[in-house]
Amino acid sequence: MIEVTHLTKTFWLPHRVDALADVSLSIAAGEVVVVIGPSGSGKSTLLRCLNRLETADAGHVFIDGIDVLDPKTDINRVRAEVGMVFQSFNLFPHKTVLDNITLAQRVVRRRSRAEAQQKAEALLVKVGIREKAGAYPDQLSGGQQQRVAIARALAMDPKVMLFDEPTSALDPEMIGEVLEVMKTLAREGMTMVCVTHEMGFAREVADRVVFMDAGAIVETMDAGAIVETGTPEHFFVNPEHERTKLFLSQILK
Amino acid sequence: MRSTASPPVLKRPASHYVGAASFFMLLFGLLAALYVATMQVDYVWRWNRIPQYFAYKQTIETRAEADGEVAALAPHGERRLLTLRSEEGEQTLDVPAEGLRVAVGDSVYAGDILAVEAHWRVGLLMQGLWLTIQVSVIATVLGVVIGLFAGIARVSKNPLFRWSALTYVEFIRGSPLLVQIFIWYFVLGTLFNSILAKQGFQQIPPLWYGVAAMATFAGAYVAEIVRAGIQSIHRGQNEAARSLGMSYPQAMIHVILPQAIRRILPPLAGEFISLIKDSSLLGIIAIRELTKATREIVTVSLQAFEMWFICALLYLILTFSLSMCVKYLERKIVV
Repeated sequence: MIEVTHLTKTFWLPHRVDALADVSLSIAAGEVVVVIGPSGSGKSTLLRCLNRLETADAGHVFIDGIDVLDPKTDINRVRAEVGMVFQSFNLFPHKTVLDNITLAQRVVRRRSRAEAQQKAEALLVKVGIREKAGAYPDQLSGGQQQRVAIARALAMDPKVMLFDEPTSALDPEMIGEVLEVMKTLAREGMTMVCVTHEMGFAREVADRVVFMDAGAIVETMDAGAIVETGTPEHFFVNPEHERTKLFLSQILK
Repeated sequence: MRSTASPPVLKRPASHYVGAASFFMLLFGLLAALYVATMQVDYVWRWNRIPQYFAYKQTIETRAEADGEVAALAPHGERRLLTLRSEEGEQTLDVPAEGLRVAVGDSVYAGDILAVEAHWRVGLLMQGLWLTIQVSVIATVLGVVIGLFAGIARVSKNPLFRWSALTYVEFIRGSPLLVQIFIWYFVLGTLFNSILAKQGFQQIPPLWYGVAAMATFAGAYVAEIVRAGIQSIHRGQNEAARSLGMSYPQAMIHVILPQAIRRILPPLAGEFISLIKDSSLLGIIAIRELTKATREIVTVSLQAFEMWFICALLYLILTFSLSMCVKYLERKIVV
C-alpha cells in the first residue's frame, strides 16, 4: 500500500537539519504502523512527506502504486485517498462541525449536500458526538475536536490514514476517547500510520512499531514483541538498540 | 447583607471631572479665540448664507410669448393647461395651478408673467458631496477587486504573479497620489483619448481617469491588507484543507479567505476612510467633488471661513458613519 524508498529531506533554516536521511519503509494494506522517536527525529516529516505536505529532496513514495513525489502526479487526487489528522486538530473555525465534515466531500468528491450530510452524520455517530453537529469547533473540547477531525478525514473514504501526534495536544482525560476511535478504525482494517507515544495503543492494535532517531529508522519492532511485564525497560521484550531502550524507558516512566 | 440587585456604580476620582471640565474649557476657549481673531480682521460670519449651497428654491416664471388673451384653463392633474390665443394662433402652456397670475379672459402682452412656480434644487455643495460619495464607492469596489487579486498574487508561488503584484504595490505605494492622478489624466488619459479620437470614438471624461487613479491607488493598499490577512491565518488551516484533497484555489475560497475577511475588515475600513479623504485631490483634474465645489463656492460667496469648516464637517460625517458601519459589520460576522 505504501512504499517509501531512500527518502531524504534536509531543512536549511535556521541551520542544517537532516530531517530524513535515507528512510525506507514498506507498509501493507490493512497494516497499522506506529512511529515513535524523540522530538526532531523526523517522524512528523516522514508522515508529511507521505502526502507531500513536505516535498522530499530525494527518494520515492508510492501509495497504491502512484508515485506521490512525481510532479506530474495529481497530488489532490492522492491526498483525497490519504486522510490526515493533525496534532492541533486544524478544524475550520468558521464552519460548524457538520460543515467541517461535508466541505471536502462536496468540493473534492462532488457529492450532493444531502449525500455529504448523510455521510457526515453517520461518521459523527461513529466517533460518538452526533449531538454536536451544529456546534462550532471552539465550543468543543479538545478530544471532541480531534474526533471531528478524524471524521472529517474519514468522510473522504480514504485508503490510508495518517495520524500526526493526534493526542499530544489533549488533556490526559481526553486521550482515551480519541484512542478509542483510532482503535476501532484499526480493527476495521484501515491502513494506518500513527506518530504517537501512546504505547498502550501500540500494544493493542499496532502491527509494527518503528523507532526513528536523527532522521533514520533505527529499529522496527514486531507488535508480537510488545508485552507488558510491569517494568518499563521490559515493555518490549527485545529492543536491540541501546538508543531504543533509553527512549522507551524515558517515555514509559 | 449583600446587595445583588445592581452592579456597583463606578466611582470616578475627582481628577476625572477636572479633566473633563478642562477639555470643554479648552474646546470653547479655542473656538472663542478663533472668533476673536476673526473679529480682529473684520471677518463677518454669515452662517445664514450657507444653507443655500445645500439646497435652494429656484423660481421659474412662465411668460407670454406674444400679445393675446387667455382663452381657456383646463385642469391637468395638479396643474393647468393654459390656452393663449393670439394673432399668431393658439398656444398651450403647462402651468402650475397655485402660482397662476391670470384668469380666463385676461388680455396679456408679450413678456407678461402668466404663472410662477418654485422648485427645490440641490445646491453645489450637495452635488460635490454626492460626487465624492460616488467616486469613493466606485473606487472602493474596484480597489477591493484589484486588491483581492493582487493580494492573493502576492502570496502566490509563481514568480509571474508574485513579482507582478509586488511591482504594482511598490510602485503605487512609493509615489504620491497626486502624481498618480496626473499620470492617469495627463499621460494615460491623453493617450487613450487621442487613440479613441483617431478611431472616431467618444472621449472618456476626466471623472473616469480620476476613479481609475483612486481605484489603483486603493488596490495596492488593499493588496497588502489582504496579504497580511491571508498570512495571519494559521498554516495548519491550509494544510488541513490541502490534506483533504482540495486544490489551492479551493482551499483559498472555502477555508482561508472566509477567515481572513474578518481580520481584513478593520484595516480595510481605515483604507476606505483615507480613500474618501484622498478623493479631495481629484479637484485638480476638474472633477467637482466636495473640495472643488467648496472652493468654487468660496470664490463666489467669499464666505471662506464658514465654507471650509462645513466642508471638513461633511467629510467627517462621511468617514465617521463609515467607521460606525464597519464596527457594526465586525460584530455581525461570525468567525
